[in-house]
Amino acid sequence: MHISEGVLSPAVLVAGGAVTFVGTGLGLKRIDYDHIMTVSLLTATFFVASLIHVPLGPGNIHLVLGGLMGLVLGWSAFPAILIALLLQAIFFQYGGLVVLGANTTVMALPAVGCYYLFRKWIETNGNKRKMAAFAAGFFSPLLSSLLMALALATSDQGFLQTAQLVVAAHIPLMIIEGVITMFIILFLSRVQPEFLSIGKS
Amino acid sequence: MMDERFTHGNSLLHKLSAKVKLVVAVFFVAVIAVSQSFTAVTAGLVLAAALFMTARLDLSPAMKRLAGANFFTIFLWITLPLTYGEQTTAVGPLQLSLDGLRLAALITLKTNTILLSLMALLSTSSVANIGHALKALHISDRLSFLLLFSYRYIFVIHQEYLRLTRAARLRCFVPGTNLHTYRTVGYLFGMTLVKSWNRSSRIHQAMLLRGFDGKLIPMDQQAMTYRDIVFLLVALTATGSLILLQLL
Repeated sequence: MHISEGVLSPAVLVAGGAVTFVGTGLGLKRIDYDHIMTVSLLTATFFVASLIHVPLGPGNIHLVLGGLMGLVLGWSAFPAILIALLLQAIFFQYGGLVVLGANTTVMALPAVGCYYLFRKWIETNGNKRKMAAFAAGFFSPLLSSLLMALALATSDQGFLQTAQLVVAAHIPLMIIEGVITMFIILFLSRVQPEFLSIGKS
Repeated sequence: MMDERFTHGNSLLHKLSAKVKLVVAVFFVAVIAVSQSFTAVTAGLVLAAALFMTARLDLSPAMKRLAGANFFTIFLWITLPLTYGEQTTAVGPLQLSLDGLRLAALITLKTNTILLSLMALLSTSSVANIGHALKALHISDRLSFLLLFSYRYIFVIHQEYLRLTRAARLRCFVPGTNLHTYRTVGYLFGMTLVKSWNRSSRIHQAMLLRGFDGKLIPMDQQAMTYRDIVFLLVALTATGSLILLQLL
């Protein structure tokens, strides 16, 4: 989910940059040197998630797991996503440098939203946890695609139809991310329940 | 895929300090990204191509990346002329929008310009050097730490995930579009998370044992040289003149 460089208007670029600046600042403030290693390794792990392709009909789709990142990292999802996108810009020249702020906002803001909406239920037991995990996985790409559509449409009225296509194209991803996030959370809650409380400190 | 194949080289751009290249890259990309003028972007393309030639990178992988990015611009060429704006001209049976064509052309130019400049400026430094450059530019110590360490462990964690999938394949796991596959992938990735979480506490302990106090010391100190300053001035002037070109 990247917006290419050169597509967005200066106003949208500045707005995205500002949100990312504040979000990253808040996220970094919550990471002290006792937790920075954990956040670094989780950043790396989520980068690896974007290399995982799961089959979907005749093709395949790569994971994003923004919802899971939000649930696990909270505000630290901002710096984590910023770093992952910067590395993608360096390695593959996906996205870019100036559009980095907008791209980070598109992915990280829904992740943080999922943290506030669903985190409480992750800590309870039973079906509520399952539903919250699915919802986080489902809503994160949904909100991301809506934000991306908003960024495109406010940049230029002519992108309106492209923006609608963007949202439509993400529907399969929403369902798959929901299901997979649910299984990951169930797995974590059984195998290493402490893992799900690291976002607190 | 992630082999940093452009980092090794002996050209002028490989020798420049990552700090200078980062500053130039951000400034240049910003100017190109917001530009609306064909002249300025074309001049930028010439500059970027010149930088790219100076870096003397392997041509075939570089062209593959350009082709990959242009896959997205093809999508724009298909959609924008049909959907953009009011003003249309008939070409054969199709009603094409001139503004849409213009915009698709401008974005294609921009994308290629920026890609060439990023390959020349960013990919010729190692991620380690870029991480230390972020710190040297006083952007954020913690951000540079995150960049350096997540980069350090991406390969390790990817190997770990691949080992898990190999084990699954040996047990006759065949991925398909079904719940079983999604459950398996979820569990495999969950296991990867658990492993890297536990690994992180081991690394942290190991670093504390070696006296880690939050500071990282770069192995190869890149001091600013005369060459860096000349390059910085030339590049900033050239980029600045692109702004002028746009205002004219």
